[in-house]
Amino acid sequence: MTDILLRTGSLSFAYPERTGLFRRKALRDVVKRVDLAVPRGSVLGLVGESGSGKTTLGRLLVRLLKPTSGGIQFDGVEIGGISEAEMRPLRARIQMIFQDPQSSLNPRLRLGVTLTRPLKVYGHIRGRRDQRDRAAALLDLVGLPTAFVDRYPHELSGGQRQRAGIARALALEPDFIVADEIVSGLDVSTQAHILLLLRELRARLGLTLVFISHDLSVVRVLCDDVAILHRGEVVEYGPVARIFSAPRDDYTRQLLSAIPLPDVEPGWLDDSSPFVPPQQQGSAA
Amino acid sequence: MTTTLSIQDLHVAIGKGARSANVLRGVSLELRPGEVRGLVGESGAGKSMLGRAVLGLLPANATIAAGRIAFEGRDLIAMPEPERRSLFGRRIALIPQDPMTSLNPVKRVGAQIAMLLRHHLGLSKRDALARAAELLSEVAIRDPRRVLGLYPHEISGGMRQRVLIAMAFACDPSLVIADEPTTALDVTVQRQVLQLVERLRQRHGAAVLFVTHDLGVVAKICRTMTVLHAGRVLEEGETADVLAKPRHPYTRALLAATPRADRPAEALRPVPPALIDSLWAEAHRLDRLSAMASS
Repeated sequence: MTDILLRTGSLSFAYPERTGLFRRKALRDVVKRVDLAVPRGSVLGLVGESGSGKTTLGRLLVRLLKPTSGGIQFDGVEIGGISEAEMRPLRARIQMIFQDPQSSLNPRLRLGVTLTRPLKVYGHIRGRRDQRDRAAALLDLVGLPTAFVDRYPHELSGGQRQRAGIARALALEPDFIVADEIVSGLDVSTQAHILLLLRELRARLGLTLVFISHDLSVVRVLCDDVAILHRGEVVEYGPVARIFSAPRDDYTRQLLSAIPLPDVEPGWLDDSSPFVPPQQQGSAA
Repeated sequence: MTTTLSIQDLHVAIGKGARSANVLRGVSLELRPGEVRGLVGESGAGKSMLGRAVLGLLPANATIAAGRIAFEGRDLIAMPEPERRSLFGRRIALIPQDPMTSLNPVKRVGAQIAMLLRHHLGLSKRDALARAAELLSEVAIRDPRRVLGLYPHEISGGMRQRVLIAMAFACDPSLVIADEPTTALDVTVQRQVLQLVERLRQRHGAAVLFVTHDLGVVAKICRTMTVLHAGRVLEEGETADVLAKPRHPYTRALLAATPRADRPAEALRPVPPALIDSLWAEAHRLDRLSAMASS
């Protein structure tokens, strides 16, 4: 039996909303009965378009949101309904990396302070010297010069900031990280570096990742399994190779055929070009 | 037939004197009538700046240091302001990047399209609204009459982008500058928008300068392409040729760094930082040369 680090059972989330003529309170289902099982050391891609509920699902997995119903088991412990106080010891093991490193890094703090803040919160820092050393080690881990401990976020490029965001998530040596659209704002040349960095870190540190993205091509680079979300539901879930070679769901096919591959393909702009599995498109790799 | 757009050796700098920075370093390109040319580059390449230079929308601190921009044989840089203004929005149109901020949030969609038609084509209010409804149905908006009465926040991002496309083609332009018009959209919506741009281009016979960072989008909609880096043209040609046999190492590196849904992960090769460094070094060498020549 494979070792499942994270498992969800019929996980659901609804926002209360006031709608209609009398502004009656109603629940709006955003995540609907999601069942996932993420093996330890694997990467799961959560793919969906805007409004699919992928970010909400990601926030549920790290318990930034409390599920409306259903359960989340982390390393055998049910965390879906537990209180913040009960959650606290687990927080160090569960981290999140955010889409926009510009707004998720404090602009007034030097990187050395930002990166070691999680360690300080958990009382793992012994003095200023130790703090600097730890920050430098984290920077080195993500391929940034150790001299960056004294830099402010605005002095970094977009790719460097995203590396810093990753470094902070790694500070407490977590087992599990949810990365929400972390390469979508980056240029192609930077994006590839970040994807390869994540792949390397995963192998070196044995991380388990949930990688949220709207971009199936990016998911293919990094993930072992993919779950396709559409209107809050998982419409297809399976190993990455199978989803790309033999998608079963109509929506998955629609998503795959809408990706513009960098090959000239007359007829792609015609209204109803049918889905052709990628290997049959005759593009010699 | 004359070329629709001809840019020759365009130099644009931001700021003044010793603090100035070059953003375009001698760019040349041509668009023939009906041609769709992709202008490809990463952030900082100067691709949006080039589009803005053509539209006369450069930021206030930017100056055209040298070069020529001609639209249908007429010099846009030397042209008197009133004459230029009569071209923009009518003969030369823009599809902007951000459908969220490019419409006036306090005016109904219909009023915004009608204003454009009344200003450029001198239509009456009634005719303008009737034409606006036709334009919306051209961009595949069902129930256009209802949409005319809505505010921008009441429609989806994809629909807002269609409204902006309808507005760009409203006065039968012969040149459309599309500045990353699908970057903010989901892939399924992006495909619809690209289909729409292509259909309208054919119907109106306009040439399109399609600014994008996405080689996939270029492959699907542009017949020709120009690769820009650090304000320089590194490569240009027919899209099919450039993508199949890229000549410049940067183009090759970009293609290798683009993740592909049809290939396994091992195929991905990041752009070597040394290549980027050497391209910037070359750009700065050119800057020093031109500074020496002008002093």
